[in-house]
Amino acid sequence: MNILVYIELNEGKLKKAAFEAACYGGDLAKQTGSTANAIVFGETNEDLSTLGAYGISNVYHVINSATYSFDARAFSKMIAEVVQKQSSDILIFSNTITGKSIAPQLSVMLKAGLVTGAIELPKTSNGFTVKKSVFSGKAFSEINILTEKKIIALQPNSYNVSKGEGSAQVQSMETSSPEVKVKVESVQKVSGEVSLTEADIVVSGGRGLKGPENWGLVTELAQLLGAATACSRPVADVHWRPHHEHVGQTGIAIAPNLYIAIGISGAIQHLAGVNRSKTIVVINKDPEAPFFKAADYGIVGDAFEVVPKMIEAVKKIKQQA
Amino acid sequence: MQTIFATPEQGKEPTQQKSDMKILVCISKTPDTTAKIAFTDNNTKFSGDGVQWIINPYDEWYSLVRAIELKEADPSVTIHLITVGGADCEPIIRKALALGGDEAFRIQCEENDSYVVAMQIASFAKSGQYDLIFTGKETIDYNGSSIGAMVSAALDLPFVSHATKFQLNGNNALVTREIEGGEEICSAALPLIVSCQKGMAEQRIPNMKGIMGARTKPLKTIEAESHQAQTSISNFDLPPAKAGVKLISPEQPEELIRLLQEEAKAI
Repeated sequence: MNILVYIELNEGKLKKAAFEAACYGGDLAKQTGSTANAIVFGETNEDLSTLGAYGISNVYHVINSATYSFDARAFSKMIAEVVQKQSSDILIFSNTITGKSIAPQLSVMLKAGLVTGAIELPKTSNGFTVKKSVFSGKAFSEINILTEKKIIALQPNSYNVSKGEGSAQVQSMETSSPEVKVKVESVQKVSGEVSLTEADIVVSGGRGLKGPENWGLVTELAQLLGAATACSRPVADVHWRPHHEHVGQTGIAIAPNLYIAIGISGAIQHLAGVNRSKTIVVINKDPEAPFFKAADYGIVGDAFEVVPKMIEAVKKIKQQA
Repeated sequence: MQTIFATPEQGKEPTQQKSDMKILVCISKTPDTTAKIAFTDNNTKFSGDGVQWIINPYDEWYSLVRAIELKEADPSVTIHLITVGGADCEPIIRKALALGGDEAFRIQCEENDSYVVAMQIASFAKSGQYDLIFTGKETIDYNGSSIGAMVSAALDLPFVSHATKFQLNGNNALVTREIEGGEEICSAALPLIVSCQKGMAEQRIPNMKGIMGARTKPLKTIEAESHQAQTSISNFDLPPAKAGVKLISPEQPEELIRLLQEEAKAI
């Protein structure tokens, strides 16, 4: 068997999701007695041989006119070519926006069964079964892949990154350069902020904060903890915060190590997007708030009094560290 | 956030649309967002008991409503709705027709596999010569996020995912899409497939005229093509219940921070 991991570059850099995918591919190779190789598109200053320490044997690096900006159709065609050349049987993607727009294309092009949002290594002793989260995090499902070739898109923040020894063989690879039909006109990046899906810690605010002018509490605590900031749907709907911060069933689903919810009651739709967080902290003045039932730690109290004290306490431990 | 490129102003439609444009909107049936999630048949099937079914929110609020706005700006636009499923999808597709859309099609197919569903849509779309195909960014039940990209591959048409804004200028689309840590504006010529999410349009509620009108709009049933499923569901499982919340006095938030550091090892 032969595993091919699509390693995503974000502004030319290897992000956490890329290392997760590499480790997942590497561990699956160990489990099935095969090799995991990686494919990388576009220019980068990163030393791609370091992927060897995460379980990757060979890195195929493709640079051509179609790799400069992202066109899902063009990327899929180039990956399909590499799969043919290398006779890969299993493809691994990160279940990011990029992964979601190319993995399903390859599923059709290669007639390969696809599971998106995988959260564990597949069971391979009898068939090929992949566990994923469904119903926006309210349940799990195990899916059998019935085809010979298989594709898995790994949910970010779901698989442990472990760095070992070793160095991958990096080779540049030629593919055709498909016509780019979706042209990128401009990019706006929210700089200096921690990406929500990859963040270890997320501090989130709800209507309990009463207005956008009070968000200093959320952003200060987040900054001290190196956390990303998020919000509930009503907050995004009234434009107190931008839509891309909305976590929940119709927003972004996240699974950080620590989720701190301030002034969020915990409607079922919100919980769906955050209940895979490892530790949940809820600050709410209403003791009946449903969020407390899903929380690990809670304070029943006024956010405007509690959060400044939390900020002081975090400052103290950061000074000691 | 720094704006490098002027974001197209949505809502206003000064743009010259291609006339007689045909839009296909994919509609999926999902359990209501507050539905209790339970399983039957030895945890192999979702239990529909007492569940209220809705149009998948991404299909309704964003992709369908945006298509309706394009038709409002240019009445020569035709909107077709398509759903793949059993007869129990019909109330959902009627509700979608009450919001807007000219005609609906249901492909009779009970299959859950995304590939089979996408192949049905692709085959239907191919014969319809659509200029635009809209899907939601995912369904809120199986969270596959696959249909749009699969149809794109099957028809070899360009695909833009996670769109938050969509504008037309003649035969060209200007689409704002979410990327990791920001947004990107891209352009593509029609025909094009777009997966839609928050920002594309505002939620609407069907009015009485729409509801009455939907009763007489054509809803055709089509036999499914035969395709081999690529996946099957083995079983479902619910997450383990939480052990219970540890409450800390509001007078002592520093105790919470200590627990997060020493007990949960989270900071």
